[in-house]
Amino acid sequence: MAAILRVNGLTKRFGGLVAVDNVSFDVEAGEVFALIGPNGAGKTTLFNCITGFFKPTLGHVVFGDKDLTGSPPHRTAKAGIARTFQNIRLFDYMSALDNVRLGHHCRMHAMLWDSLFKTPLERNEEREITEHSMELLALVGLEHQADNYARNLAYGQQRRLEIARALATSPKLLLLDEPAAGFNPQEKVELMDLVQTILRRGITVFLIEHDMRVVMQVSQRIVVLDHGEKIAEGPPVEVRNNQRVIEAYLGKSA
Amino acid sequence: MKRVRALLRDNARNANAIAYTLMILGALLYPAVVQFATAGNGDYLVGLAADGGIYILMAIGLNVVVGFAGLLDLGYAAFFAIGSYTYALVASNHLGVTPLGHSLHVPFWIALFIGMFTAAGAGALLGAPTLRLRGDYLAIVTLGFGEIVPRLFKNAGIWTGGVPGIFALDVPTLPGWITGPWVNQPFGWVPDFRFTTDNLTAYYVLMIVLIAVVVVLVHNIYNSRLGRAWMAVREDETAAAATGVNTVSIKLLAFSIGAATSGFAGAFYGAKLSYVSSENFGFVVSVTVLAMVVLGGMGNIPGAMLGGGVLYFILFWFLPNAPAQVESLASAAGLGVLNQVNPNGWPGIAEEVSRSKYVIFGLILVGIMLLRPQGLLPSQVRKQELRHEEHEAIAAPRQLQG
Repeated sequence: MAAILRVNGLTKRFGGLVAVDNVSFDVEAGEVFALIGPNGAGKTTLFNCITGFFKPTLGHVVFGDKDLTGSPPHRTAKAGIARTFQNIRLFDYMSALDNVRLGHHCRMHAMLWDSLFKTPLERNEEREITEHSMELLALVGLEHQADNYARNLAYGQQRRLEIARALATSPKLLLLDEPAAGFNPQEKVELMDLVQTILRRGITVFLIEHDMRVVMQVSQRIVVLDHGEKIAEGPPVEVRNNQRVIEAYLGKSA
Repeated sequence: MKRVRALLRDNARNANAIAYTLMILGALLYPAVVQFATAGNGDYLVGLAADGGIYILMAIGLNVVVGFAGLLDLGYAAFFAIGSYTYALVASNHLGVTPLGHSLHVPFWIALFIGMFTAAGAGALLGAPTLRLRGDYLAIVTLGFGEIVPRLFKNAGIWTGGVPGIFALDVPTLPGWITGPWVNQPFGWVPDFRFTTDNLTAYYVLMIVLIAVVVVLVHNIYNSRLGRAWMAVREDETAAAATGVNTVSIKLLAFSIGAATSGFAGAFYGAKLSYVSSENFGFVVSVTVLAMVVLGGMGNIPGAMLGGGVLYFILFWFLPNAPAQVESLASAAGLGVLNQVNPNGWPGIAEEVSRSKYVIFGLILVGIMLLRPQGLLPSQVRKQELRHEEHEAIAAPRQLQG
């Protein structure tokens, strides 16, 4: 299998604080790859470096054959990396449908001229993306909520809507930042099913997750961060029994 | 017939549809009603409404910037000035007295668009470095820009005519290929459709047509991917960027479109007055237009138009006429004593009202905002936002935020 995302020697410093310290790993196409670590290990910072919200201090992010190091977020999205946020970030006062329709923005071709004069190209494109958005809403089970404002949805629905919006950008790689946070066991099972569905659509999934049950079940490979450093990488069984990982989570026994 | 009925049923409860219908009817009937009510002496009022249309155009444009994209622009009059001055330079004898030594008389319709594109260009030029700023910082930069531009025009010496400004601009003309029953023919209340200073109905009709075109275009763009991206940027810029929206360029587009509308209105304003001066583009213009948008209903096109119309009416008809009206009201109510000037300091009620004109204006603004904080004709979103704020204020007392 080919690597879809190569993170190479990535370091992010904020003043004197080293949030991510020389981390390297490859995400292979078609797998579920998980990033775990105790709170404050630098997981979300790493995500932000990959998606262009932070510029890495050192190192490279290569996606497919493109070097995306330091590209702005909209360019990484256009290149094919979509993401969700740890604290859900929807457009509160847009309908669920409009949230997903917006996700198509970077794949649309209508220019200012087309928008001003409602050219046939614009009309057709709008119709197509509306249909596609409804499909995506159905995929995450929100087809009946299409006209409701995002902020009026239940918590779990908001999490799923955010995934639908990310899928609307037609990504090759989907970054999920703690998708199961705040979910009950039933919702977690549904989420794992959803991840499998996404995988079947040919989209690679890269997730941060605290719930070990979800991580161990769903992912093929795991990388573990602690204090910004990579302390382990490998299949779930290996990582679970790694001495350094256990110490990082439970503390060193005296 | 069936379709008409379906249309009626679908829109009977849609405030915007009703507002548009009433506005179209009002605009069509206004000149006839005014002429009838004043027994044929209504030219002044028709001209007043045509001037009001300029503010309505600006309100529509600023609504794109403030209401749709959520960018606070406090220097909006600068683009109005740029449009006006551009029109003045390309459609008068003025360039002949500048070092260029050769005056330009670009036809009205082309000059209007030159004014528009120049303002849009200025918007892009100002926006490119500043739209990376968020919120309050952007407001301050635009405030500075709004102060700089009129001063620049005032002090650019021979190029802009300095303090007196530029005179004798070309008046509007219809394109040569438009001929009709009105050309050199009496045609009801549009007697002779030529743009002269004593035929204000022609300006009025042109204004209405221009507003209608601008409303359709802005409406189209609002309902496209661009309008959606503006909303997204207003709601959450970070999420919009993560979802593939180039936030800087989409904000730049909103800014330029707002500037273009303002420049377009400015060019028309110059042509109508046949005169431009830097005195007409001060901060107070920017603030008035902003008040129109906020008071009418931010983010809603008919709301901004209504706000523009109402505020313009208050500022340029109600307040100037108020002293005389109050005086005759006092006489009619048997309080004629109020009209007399008292040497002990009472200047007469008319003078008193005229002096406290802006106090009254302020009170009206405060009153409207208290009664309708969401604006006269708010967008759905604004209504929801206010409702949620109330709910949250009740459910959770304000907490300290980190």
